[in-house]
Amino acid sequence: MHKANVPMAWRRFKSKYNLVGTKCTKCNSSFYPPRLICPKCRREGKIEEFEFKGTGKIVSYTIIRSGPDGFEKQTPYPIAIVELDEGARVTGQIVDYEDSDLAIGKKVAPVFRKVYESGKEGIIHYGIKFKPEN
Amino acid sequence: MEKTGIVGYGAYVPKLRIKAETIADVWGQDAGRIINGLGITEKAVPNKDEDTTTIAVQIGKNALLRAGINPKDIGAVYVGSESHPYAVKPTSTIVAEALGVGTDYTAADTEFACKAGSAAIQMVMGLAGSKMIKFGLAIGADTAQGAPGDPLEYSAAAGGAGFIVGKDKKQFIATLNDTFSYSTDTPDFWRRPKADYPSHGGRFTGGPAYVRHVAGATNGLMDKTGTTVKDYDYVVFHMPNGKFPLAMAKKLDVPKEKLMPGFVVDKIGNTYSGCSLLGLAATLDCAKPGDKILVTSYGSGAGSDSFSITVNDLIDKKRNLAPTTEDYIKDKQYITYPTYAKYRGKIV
Ligand SMILES: [Zn+2]
Repeated sequence: MHKANVPMAWRRFKSKYNLVGTKCTKCNSSFYPPRLICPKCRREGKIEEFEFKGTGKIVSYTIIRSGPDGFEKQTPYPIAIVELDEGARVTGQIVDYEDSDLAIGKKVAPVFRKVYESGKEGIIHYGIKFKPEN
Repeated sequence: MEKTGIVGYGAYVPKLRIKAETIADVWGQDAGRIINGLGITEKAVPNKDEDTTTIAVQIGKNALLRAGINPKDIGAVYVGSESHPYAVKPTSTIVAEALGVGTDYTAADTEFACKAGSAAIQMVMGLAGSKMIKFGLAIGADTAQGAPGDPLEYSAAAGGAGFIVGKDKKQFIATLNDTFSYSTDTPDFWRRPKADYPSHGGRFTGGPAYVRHVAGATNGLMDKTGTTVKDYDYVVFHMPNGKFPLAMAKKLDVPKEKLMPGFVVDKIGNTYSGCSLLGLAATLDCAKPGDKILVTSYGSGAGSDSFSITVNDLIDKKRNLAPTTEDYIKDKQYITYPTYAKYRGKIV
């Protein structure tokens, strides 16, 4: 069981470790997770790999009190929709926060954290989360 | 061999702290006596999603911000720790991937109790100085643990620092003038495979271990370079607690003031492989061009690496390109013992 997702997880390391998404250079829309086709320009679009800086602001958040498999021990934890400075919206955990930081419009910066472990014997999944900026 | 220098440095300390008095309350120990005895008032602990890898990545990012180099020019990545998250599978390749180093680099995790990070610096000095690589990244980071109720529980902390070492003098924030090591087979502190917590030789950890090796490496370095304590503006000795480095300073006639900029142990604890490196990073944060720094690490088992470093003009341009050690020390949030125990897996 703990070995089931290793190849799939590995293919995503690059986009998980650094918010590497894509961008349509025709209309300037950016996408994370990466999209291979621009929904606006369709076949006219020109998609390129694009690395987001990771800074942005909270547009919505909620506190998870009952987490899915692998996240049970992390509860409670806040999840937010973050609008990145370059435009795309991503969902991510907020860490190292004070209660007052959980607010719409709060500026956040990316941090590299452990996302979950595939059990005691599986691999450790790392990725980007967000921490409030002062 | 060409002279090498520090072209970028970075520090990281987790935000969470636990106070010595909080731990003392749980075990019915006298907090005042412990704070006095160890010289530590609180320590940094990792959040539930932090480990040596995540700490090393933040350190590497900060070092790159100051270096301003292309990460793909880094030819070696070494991460020193005694809390690597995997028993088999290097921390260093995860760090390199997250930093965008690419594929053309050599890497390894180093282990030598609290001096695995300083050993990594010597390795990249050798590789850069012999032109095998352009830049090397050496990191010391740990999420150290002491057994519940053990004196180490008050000091074992999380954090670290790292250095990008190169050979182009124009890029040196600080020049690595020389290094000297002193090592012996001394069983003052150890952890066997599958043991959760380390064992230590109690009082044995003082004289024959810390004192002998730190003095041995420091005196050896000064002999080798023809310098004396007076030639150095700042001195960093490994900080297993708030007492040993001060006693060492006294023994070697180092005025206490020279230790203070890098003396971070009282506020964050002993960050093991990160400890003397964090002391150096904190010292660079406030050093002036021309200042000379002497750093000596200590790792149980046992050995010390000593470095002579001269700060260059570039420091003034570089230091504010990333958060300073003090920035991290000040940004803190206290947790209770139950939260601490839950995050550290001391309870299930
Ligand atoms: Zn488009």
